[in-house]
Amino acid sequence: MTSQLIILQVIVPLISAPFCVLFRNARLAWLIALVVSWITFAIAIMILGIVIDQGPVSYLLGNWQVPWGIEYKVDLIGAILLVLVSAIAAVIMPYALKSVEKEIERPRIYLFYTMLLLCLAGLLGIAVTGDAFNLFVFLEISSLSTYVLVSMGKNRRALTASFHYLIMGTTGATFYIIGVGLMYMITGTLNMSDLATLIPAVADNRTIQVALAFILVGLGIKLAMFPLHAWLPNAYTYAPSVVSVFLASTATKIAIYVLVRMVFTIFGKVEILDILPIRYLIMGLAIIAMFSASLIAIFQVDLKRMLAFSSLAQIGYILLGLSFDSITGLSAGIVHLFNHGLMKGALFMVAGAVYFRFGSTKLEQIEGLGKTMPWTMAAFVVAGLSMIGVPLTVGFVSKWYLMMAAFEQGYWPIAMLIVLSSLLAVIYVWRVVELAYFREPAATSQLKGGIAKQDPPLSMLIPMWVLSLATVYFGIDATRTMDIALIAASSLKGMMP
Amino acid sequence: MTANTLMALTLLIPLTGAVLIALTGRNGNLREAVTIITAILLFAVVVQVAGLPTDNPRPVWVMGEMLPGLEISFSPEPLGMIFALIASGLWIVTSFYAIGYMRAHKEIHQTRFYVCFAIAIASAMGIALSANMLTLFVFYEVLTISTYPLVAHAGSSKAKRGARIYLGILLGTSIGFQLVAIIWTWVLTGTLEFTDGGILNGSASGVVISVLLVLYVYGIGKAALMPFHRWLPAAMVAPTPVSALLHAVAVVKAGVFSVLKVAVYIFGIDLLQQTAASNWLAIMAAVTILLASIVALRQDNLKARLAYSTVSQLSYIVLAAMLASGTAIVGGGEHIVMHAFAKITLFFCAGAIMVASHKTKVSELNGLGRKMPITFFAFFLASLSLIGLPPFGGMWSKWLIGMGAAETDQWVYIAVLMISSLLNIAYLMPVVVRGFFYKPGVGGMENHHQGDLFKKPEAVDPSNPVLPTVWKISKFEEAPLLCVASLSFTALGTVALFFYADVIYSYLLPIIAR
Repeated sequence: MTSQLIILQVIVPLISAPFCVLFRNARLAWLIALVVSWITFAIAIMILGIVIDQGPVSYLLGNWQVPWGIEYKVDLIGAILLVLVSAIAAVIMPYALKSVEKEIERPRIYLFYTMLLLCLAGLLGIAVTGDAFNLFVFLEISSLSTYVLVSMGKNRRALTASFHYLIMGTTGATFYIIGVGLMYMITGTLNMSDLATLIPAVADNRTIQVALAFILVGLGIKLAMFPLHAWLPNAYTYAPSVVSVFLASTATKIAIYVLVRMVFTIFGKVEILDILPIRYLIMGLAIIAMFSASLIAIFQVDLKRMLAFSSLAQIGYILLGLSFDSITGLSAGIVHLFNHGLMKGALFMVAGAVYFRFGSTKLEQIEGLGKTMPWTMAAFVVAGLSMIGVPLTVGFVSKWYLMMAAFEQGYWPIAMLIVLSSLLAVIYVWRVVELAYFREPAATSQLKGGIAKQDPPLSMLIPMWVLSLATVYFGIDATRTMDIALIAASSLKGMMP
Repeated sequence: MTANTLMALTLLIPLTGAVLIALTGRNGNLREAVTIITAILLFAVVVQVAGLPTDNPRPVWVMGEMLPGLEISFSPEPLGMIFALIASGLWIVTSFYAIGYMRAHKEIHQTRFYVCFAIAIASAMGIALSANMLTLFVFYEVLTISTYPLVAHAGSSKAKRGARIYLGILLGTSIGFQLVAIIWTWVLTGTLEFTDGGILNGSASGVVISVLLVLYVYGIGKAALMPFHRWLPAAMVAPTPVSALLHAVAVVKAGVFSVLKVAVYIFGIDLLQQTAASNWLAIMAAVTILLASIVALRQDNLKARLAYSTVSQLSYIVLAAMLASGTAIVGGGEHIVMHAFAKITLFFCAGAIMVASHKTKVSELNGLGRKMPITFFAFFLASLSLIGLPPFGGMWSKWLIGMGAAETDQWVYIAVLMISSLLNIAYLMPVVVRGFFYKPGVGGMENHHQGDLFKKPEAVDPSNPVLPTVWKISKFEEAPLLCVASLSFTALGTVALFFYADVIYSYLLPIIAR
């Protein structure tokens, strides 16, 4: 039974996607998506429990033996990603009902949910598969559905954003598959564990190094590593709100997971980060991303766009953690994958709620919302404080370990840079807070008897608060998330904790 | 009750109070009753906690593990208990004062005000009782954020600007320096517990220790050591009860308390003596003492003048810590109390003057002492205490810090203390002199409206009750009775402290016994 869970994790959303098309009914499609997302979440939790107890689990597709057949294999970091992706999906489905009705024409809503489920299946598939080519398949499933989802945005610029994303994303995926092809050429295998044992013997081979280069650049595009990030701001800004929430919390995280998989599993035994100067390259690019994206975020006039640039900066934090190539650094990166998913999800949900009311997320819409949308803006403050990294929020936990990792290796200037860049977050978060709480609401919401309360319906408000409170909960008691991240990091580094 | 329950209550009481205040916000009188009862209960509990044994082994209450190996835990310790007693005790007085002030001054958003106030007090308690640096840091940040709405209370552009500086400097220094120092300490020593004799001894080179000390002292921005002092004058846009309790007692004392705590329990007095940076920081503290006093001289706005005076007085305590002498550190701890009583009185008076006469500038106070004799006399008493004359409490703490300077042969700082006393006279006495001896009516009567600071509510609202601004007794026009009673109480407190300083001294002695 336990091994079947792994295949079910992917099969359930994949199979149910066509059902949405079958009925062509908006409500029914939503219901299917809701139920499926909750089932996958339950499965993910079960898998995480099993992996914590028994170590990695694997499943052989069609019972073809490794390395001929495709193996699905979930270790701790994979399980963490499964939980993150399925949890975010489970939380946004209730939120999606009203938000999607508002933003997408009714006849196309069932298509929307179909694509969302396919995207979910793709992302989950990436985290479960132990086969480098199969990973490409899932990468494409999730990417193609993402392009469609982004293009469904109400603003006409969503189309160009989606097209841009399509070009960049496809380039990235192609680079990845070229890299995998080169590796296959030398080693004759696509199974990741198998690759991991075969690579050390041929690590000096120029073809393998070229393969690695292709894979890194390809994934760099997918995960929006500076300077390959150009597709991200527009895609996040013009996508439907639900899609922005989902992508920001999961899609780039999964791409980072693939990077970790490549570097620490497939190339894990050859200390690739030290042989080639990739480590310092990633470190430098991460730091540039942390600063440049935060600075750009400060000057944005659109809430969603500001959050998109903030995401770029946060991806910088995660990459910085990985580039330390130590257990502390790696666990900081892993825990920030999860933590950032929570807080950015909450923030994009706030943006979605503002769009739901006003049809725009321009910052001038935020003025006075502290009065008219008190619960929505309070959620923004909570998640925003987490973004800054104030104690008792998850942002603090990530930053603590990131800085610890820097100090451990004597990189104290980098520790200073980490705090400096988080001070930039103070500026862009507080800009919004001041607008919301110190400006008077727009004249349209002033009623005779006072001010109209315009918080979105509970179906949107509750998911928003679930994520906001999660940022506080996992910030007050971070022992569980940190323990798991530390174990995941040590097993990736090939050491037992 | 067990020690753990008592410590839990010190946090729970104000937090529950905050919730109840929010729930009773519709009815002003009920809400204020809740505030007062909460404050009294809290003080009673803190007195109990202070009675717990503070010698080793101290009782420790572990609330929970926050990060693997790092706990949120609390423990009563003499310095912390002194701070907790002062903050919770003066909260009662301030609550009475605030009722008079907020109503007579027709302030808006009174419920939010009282809620944030209670949360701020809860975080001050957390800081006072913290048993390790992480706990202290967590509550330090909560205190910053919970006081932000209080500073921005008026919502005007001036308040917003002040609040922005407040948040920017306090968050900036604490994240930018203090957090770095804490994590560095954790990586070096593997512990953050406040330990007698310090934890850093022998864990790093002298240079690293020096850098850490600078990071800590400047990272604790609430201690307002120059050049990171600008937030304190900026915070004066807040309603006066906030300036009185938070920016003369709870917040700023949380800062200097943390400095003392770091000096004694993270570095340890011995290590501090060998650290080069402590000399430099002592000089910086001396410079702050003198410069801030000089700036205070030039401030016409009474609250701004008092704010700079606070900046100067806080550096007495930083100086006491950096002298690295046991006597001076006890003196610093005592100065927390002495300055608290004196400065809260001064702020109460400034607020009373503002309520009763709408005067905010020193140059407008001519002859006002004849109308408001109680207020001005209280101002006089508190000034004398701040200057450090007998029979006022302020004398003892200055004395002890001076002794500490003598013990460690750093005579120049005694001169600094004396010059500072002279400067205190120069910037405080004009207020009293103008009030009692100048002819009234010269200057500034037209200044009735302080712009948007005095925003009046349009309708009568049960959650923002109002009081008449003046309390007439025969020919006098004092501020409301609640204000005058509060400020008289604290003014008399400065005298009482002269006679009871010994109690504080012997309570604090254990911290330097080892």
